[in-house]
Amino acid sequence: MKPPPFDYFAPETLEEALSLLAEYGDEAQPLAGGQSLVPMLALRMSRPAVLIDLRHLNELRGIAMDGTGLRLGAMTTQAEALASQQVAQALPGLCDALHLVGHFQTRNRGTIGGSISLGEPAAENPAFALALEADLELCSVRGTRIINATQFYTGPYSTARADDELLTAIRYCPANWARIGIEEIAQRQGDFALSGLVANLEIDGHRIAKASLAWLGMGSTPLRAPSAEAALCGADIATLDLEEVAELALGDTDPLEDSHASIAYRCQAGRTILTRLLGRLLAERSPVA
Amino acid sequence: MSDHDITLSVNGTTIARRVPARRTLLDFLRSDLGLTGTHAGCEHGVCGACTVLVDGLAVRSCLMFAVQADAAKVSTIEGVANEDGTLHPVQQAMHDNHGLQCGFCTPGIVMTLKSMTEAGKSASRDEMAAALSGHICRCTGYQGILKAVDLLSGRGE
Repeated sequence: MKPPPFDYFAPETLEEALSLLAEYGDEAQPLAGGQSLVPMLALRMSRPAVLIDLRHLNELRGIAMDGTGLRLGAMTTQAEALASQQVAQALPGLCDALHLVGHFQTRNRGTIGGSISLGEPAAENPAFALALEADLELCSVRGTRIINATQFYTGPYSTARADDELLTAIRYCPANWARIGIEEIAQRQGDFALSGLVANLEIDGHRIAKASLAWLGMGSTPLRAPSAEAALCGADIATLDLEEVAELALGDTDPLEDSHASIAYRCQAGRTILTRLLGRLLAERSPVA
Repeated sequence: MSDHDITLSVNGTTIARRVPARRTLLDFLRSDLGLTGTHAGCEHGVCGACTVLVDGLAVRSCLMFAVQADAAKVSTIEGVANEDGTLHPVQQAMHDNHGLQCGFCTPGIVMTLKSMTEAGKSASRDEMAAALSGHICRCTGYQGILKAVDLLSGRGE
């Protein structure tokens, strides 16, 4: 249970970090809060030759509301985001999601960006970013580019981030915020979800105008549920059959069987949380204009 | 593998050492400094036995490298009681409410609760109970620990 040997760098500036990433490429792994990466090292699931610790990069920390929305520096810890009045006011759904991320003790070091760029399929941050179609800012010595979370997750623990790139910020755009909720079932509070769902519903009168659903723990990446989203768009709330929607949404998943849960259990849990979550979001009263 | 010089404060004492990059803060405390009150349980962040305070925040010392604690203030269970041996309020509450049996998980639990009850902190009973989900205790069934939490949050007798 000890990490394999590696060389360690703790650059003082973003520029220095990016040139180290450019130099070491796929041999290097950026180290953010380490709450997922260090266990993966201890379990020898990952063996990078070089760790580039981002802890000195204060320019990657902080939360700001600007013209484009809520911008979270990638090294902002989950505890900092949970304590932020700005997050609580602008995007309370993110707080609901962050309360489910690991434990009190791991949130003190675990970062928003680290979680999103690792892409653990059962984690909350990647699914939340996927459901809200967050813009992800990637920097390298070659420049900066923005990629949407919907384009980011390409396979199990693999993302569109190139080896020399660093996720520097996450932007949640207000145009994509509606009624947001998250539900999950885990063995113990704080454990990875056996099944979980983030939903974002835009209501127009008695109909659903727009819907996005992102599963966690239901495949080898966080997953959207396009067939269920299509069925929800334009649907009349009064006649909506949530169990039918759940079947469509489960059809968009590819759950794995492991020692924690069978495929059948994950599907049953998914069915339950989808009907519970959508039922709750649809019952919310619209804010009085 | 790279080695690094670090200087940090542990329970108020300044310590300078050279460490290999992969040495966890947990192993550094136990093996390099002989502070074996911080317990090594799962060593991958699940059990909470190794919880210490780094700059006042409760963290898993198995999920942090010693080199990352350079310039930090680290507090371990050895520094919790008063110098005359009288117990810290968290320790006293755990003692009075039978909050431990074998004691393996206890140092971690005490550090978490200490961080939440220190001056200027106002964690609620529910917040403290939720934070206990980050600690696996296989003896007590948690009831005694929760009674200690009731006391610390001002709800107990």
